[in-house]
Amino acid sequence: MDRNWINNWQRLKHPKPPLIKNIIYAFIFGGLICTFGQLILNIYISLGVPQQEAGNPTVATVIFIAASLTAAGVFDDIASIAGAGIAVPVTGFANSVTSMAIEFRREGLVTGTGSKMFALAGSVIVFGVVTAFVVGLISALI
Amino acid sequence: MGTYLTAFIVGGIICVIGQLLFDLTPFTPGHILTGFTVGGGILGGFGLYDRLISFAGAGALLPISSFGNSLAKGAMSEAARTGILGILTGMFELTSTGITSAILFGFIMAVFFKPKG
Repeated sequence: MDRNWINNWQRLKHPKPPLIKNIIYAFIFGGLICTFGQLILNIYISLGVPQQEAGNPTVATVIFIAASLTAAGVFDDIASIAGAGIAVPVTGFANSVTSMAIEFRREGLVTGTGSKMFALAGSVIVFGVVTAFVVGLISALI
Repeated sequence: MGTYLTAFIVGGIICVIGQLLFDLTPFTPGHILTGFTVGGGILGGFGLYDRLISFAGAGALLPISSFGNSLAKGAMSEAARTGILGILTGMFELTSTGITSAILFGFIMAVFFKPKG
């Protein structure tokens, strides 16, 4: 479970972490990740991707990097310092999917990796879809 | 679409909100990230999240709240184009990249890397 910051969260939470330090690290890491994302976004735009669509390859690139860091086993080390700074961006989503995929590999590719991959990230998708459905319904009716 | 400075500041602030929720509330990270997604979807419904993206670029695009916004936007724009069924067909129109790449890269990593311990 070492790759997964969510499972290690209790360890991070107790003893009570110094709040101010956590906030500063979250701001710096979160800010740097987004600045790095902005760099990638600008690269795709300069390569000719339309501005409105450049977010897609940017997100895919960041997910790839986060998945690689997770596979290499260093994501969790960064997350123990960065906290929400790396958990709130899409890096956290990618980490939870990849860490579950790797962790449950031992139960097989179909019954483990395939079925457990979204054990943590699934709720984000489910509640996102339910919210979007309600929002879409309201906007269609008014 | 955003500058390095606005991306840094807005992205940093969104993460600080997450950190405050992590540290000061009893909610699990799963609850909090789900909350961000729902919040992004609601802001998206009012067209506010897109304004944040045009101001902060990747600073608003990368936080998971953007995922909720994209879901809502996909559902809304397709519903406006093709009627109420568009909510179903348009839902994943904009988030397909994120979900597909998370599945693909996660799977590939699981095939080639062994779990620790």
